Amino acid sequence: MPELIKSADRVNDFTLKFANVNGTGSASANSLLMKAIFRMGIPVTGKNYFPSNIQGLPTWYEIRVTRDGYAARASRIDIMVAMNAETYAKDVREVASGGFLIYDATWPRSALLQRGDITVIGVPLAKMVNESFDGVRNRILLKNIAYAGVLAALLDVDLNIIDTLLKESYAKKQKLLDSNTKALRLGYDYAKQHLNCPLPLRVAHLDKTKGHIMIDGNTAAGLGCVYAGATVGAWYPITPSTSLMDAFKGFCERYRVDPDTGERNFAVIQAEDELSAIGMVLGASWNGARAFTPTSGPGISLMNEFVGLAYYAEVPAVIFDVQRVGPSTGMPTRTQQSDIMLAAYASHGDTRHVVLFPANPEECFYMAVQAFDLAERLQTPVFVLSDLDIGMNDWMCRDLKWDDAYKPDRGKVLSAEELAGLDKFYRYVDRDDDGITYRTLPGVNPKGAYFTRGSGHNQYGGYTEDSAEYQFVLDRLKRKFSNAAKYVPKPEFVGKGDSEVGIISVGSCDGAVREALDVLARQKMNVDYMRVRAFPFNADVEAFLRNHATIFVVEQNRDAQLRSLLILETAAEKSKLNSILSYSGFPMSCDPIVDGIRAKLAEAPRLSAIKR
Amino acid sequence: MSFINKPKVSHPSLPRNALGLTRRQYEGSMSTLCAGCGHDSITAAIVEACWGLDMRPEQLVKLSGIGCSSKTTAYFVAGAHGFNSVHGRMPSIASGASAANRELTYIGISGDGDSLSIGLGQLVHVIRRNVNMLYMIENNGVYGLTKGQFSASADIGTKAKKGDVNQTPPIDPVLLALSLGATFVARSFSGDKAQLVPLIQAGLRHNGFALIDVLSPCVTFNDHEGSTKSYTFTREHYQPVVETDFVAHASEISVNYAEGESVSVQLHDGSRVNLRKLDPSYDPTDRSAAYNYIETKLKNHEYVTGLIHIDESSSTEFHTLNKTTAVPLNRLPFEKLAPGAAALDKLMGRYR
Repeated sequence: MPELIKSADRVNDFTLKFANVNGTGSASANSLLMKAIFRMGIPVTGKNYFPSNIQGLPTWYEIRVTRDGYAARASRIDIMVAMNAETYAKDVREVASGGFLIYDATWPRSALLQRGDITVIGVPLAKMVNESFDGVRNRILLKNIAYAGVLAALLDVDLNIIDTLLKESYAKKQKLLDSNTKALRLGYDYAKQHLNCPLPLRVAHLDKTKGHIMIDGNTAAGLGCVYAGATVGAWYPITPSTSLMDAFKGFCERYRVDPDTGERNFAVIQAEDELSAIGMVLGASWNGARAFTPTSGPGISLMNEFVGLAYYAEVPAVIFDVQRVGPSTGMPTRTQQSDIMLAAYASHGDTRHVVLFPANPEECFYMAVQAFDLAERLQTPVFVLSDLDIGMNDWMCRDLKWDDAYKPDRGKVLSAEELAGLDKFYRYVDRDDDGITYRTLPGVNPKGAYFTRGSGHNQYGGYTEDSAEYQFVLDRLKRKFSNAAKYVPKPEFVGKGDSEVGIISVGSCDGAVREALDVLARQKMNVDYMRVRAFPFNADVEAFLRNHATIFVVEQNRDAQLRSLLILETAAEKSKLNSILSYSGFPMSCDPIVDGIRAKLAEAPRLSAIKR
Repeated sequence: MSFINKPKVSHPSLPRNALGLTRRQYEGSMSTLCAGCGHDSITAAIVEACWGLDMRPEQLVKLSGIGCSSKTTAYFVAGAHGFNSVHGRMPSIASGASAANRELTYIGISGDGDSLSIGLGQLVHVIRRNVNMLYMIENNGVYGLTKGQFSASADIGTKAKKGDVNQTPPIDPVLLALSLGATFVARSFSGDKAQLVPLIQAGLRHNGFALIDVLSPCVTFNDHEGSTKSYTFTREHYQPVVETDFVAHASEISVNYAEGESVSVQLHDGSRVNLRKLDPSYDPTDRSAAYNYIETKLKNHEYVTGLIHIDESSSTEFHTLNKTTAVPLNRLPFEKLAPGAAALDKLMGRYR
């Protein structure tokens, strides 16, 4: 149950949702409004619920205006901008009691008036736009800007900021600037003349976005790859990861092309499939370049064979999995966290992989860099498990920062001089007793030559079918993986650590969990929270599991994959791990977490006094 | 296989190349293939070709997939890095490796199963991408390691050792490569070292993707009567179309064929391939003509060998298209790759 909030308290704290038809250009109008609110200093999130289609199907966009800076999906819709006749009925139902619905009154919509507990506002958008502009395409596009104008008036959005944004967008296109400005004013003036402006749900200048940006995770991850010094990117297009490579390529074209010669310090290869994409990453990494591939669940399924080779032959690789809804093709434009087990144990045979779990675009940037350091230090594939919500939606994040003192960790790679000084080089001998052996690159020194193979090999790199030799290497790989726990990002903690009740969560659930913690605190429930940021789990994860009597594992999949991984890979008692699961395909809100915890604690009154 | 592991010490009288290396220094570990395997002859031809090219061993990168043929990368040039990848996926490893370092020489060894069945997609796309490498198919029409199943190159009517007759049409790698616009396409026979060595040398120097399909009879599973890839059959139906001679850039061009009978093609690095046409109507620089000729001959079970098609001038290899910097990507200093803190601060303005 969402908490009841009085409308008087709703300045800078409400959610509006736009119901559109995809391919009609609504995205630019929606993001114009969102950016204007952000520039007024008010924290905001944008969530795009789009179909796996190019034109003609329903699409929704949610803007949450959140003075408290919550990152999660809102629990309720206060204002619906219902621009899609096909989904009217559903859209009307979704508006919270006391909310508002805005529709295009060019045509009568009597069915809309059937709810007495919301305010329905009709604006003759199509009529206004058709009278002022020519051309079908033009009219469709500008109708969106016109409703943005209506909302600017209703919500009291700073018109100067919108004007500036339009000028920035159409700096070199005067005609477009003029038509957009005109359409915006059409809507704005109509609302000012005919409607009660502003609504009680409105915005007012704040100072909470300084030092922040609005960015999506794929852009941030692509930028991270540029800063990490990645030079080879290989991929096969797949929603929702495509924009990661688009971003990488775009930044490379900006930062990595010699202005005089046009020569490029990067190679982006669109492969024929994901099997080939990961093969290219292995070839390039084996040859000493930082290489990566972005993909989603179906791509990981295809890459399994090569991932096993990379694990066993110890070839670095960075794989971004922007998770979407499975199984199979699933719902490609919806979000989920259902590749946790797939990534952790990808490929046949005994394999385990390093997995990083970013919770927002900011972490996508930094974890992209860490992923390359870890992959090269550990000489193994590293997965970065983002998801569609993080990857494709605009999140408010702190400014990304870079330390010019950063030096990439290229791991144990022998130089020509080091090789010259060696009597003989053996690829898989553990000279430092940390499970990580020395590697060499082709072309450096003939002494460094070795034969990379996925077939059974001994510590000298030679082919073997001898049990003892085979096991010796396999046992070292296990040791290397255990040691990896020391290098991977540590979990993040919220709370004093003195509660008997704890929440463990991962990735994009973070916003919902943090909001739930606030709601629970207002209800006098003190709960600790740990966000796991990497696999393998380190000692801090074990300690949190040990120190909390009741634990809720919050994640976005049906089968409680994080919980399973915790049970398999830690000493945690299975019985004390409760699941709170969300697998609808939409980003999580705080409701199921609050409700789940309240319900469980009501069953177990002993835990109601949850201070240890 | 040979059971005597040869000592690595070279006799002082062994001939040395420009780098002062003997042929022995271009050998690899001992072959584990069946005695008489055609693949071992190909390995010997590669050793000869690399020695003759004065190639620095560490400049060569050997790549392969899975199968008998793919094992052979271990049997030549021990001083080169080798990567024995997964079945049918060597082309993607080669593409990535070549992207990372454009200076090295890449040789991929594959078989008919590895290239024409499980790896057909990757083969097709590495040709399209025109990755600068020599790709050799050691083609015996049969799966050896799994004991004698037909491969996709087995001819209709071929009898397996166990008696099955193949009824599905073969994929011919030469026709495939020609249809995809490959700019260096050759075919040879494992038993013809004189033809194979210059072909390998030219293929290694070609600017772009070079394919050599080498008929290489399987002595254990496909060398019986009724097999169209047996030694007997191959020798009887073997038709050299052109005689190839490779002249390295540094050497004086001494080959001198009568006009009208020879074609001399200059490779990207200045070396030349001289081709003497055995069939006066054949023009290896005309792709469509080459395709028609090979197809017609194949209908009569005649395997045309030699450099079937070469087009050095229009070959645009991957890095040229990509406009990659001349310094290999894996050697670029980090300062050239990360734009730095100031650039990031500036970029943040775009996201407000």
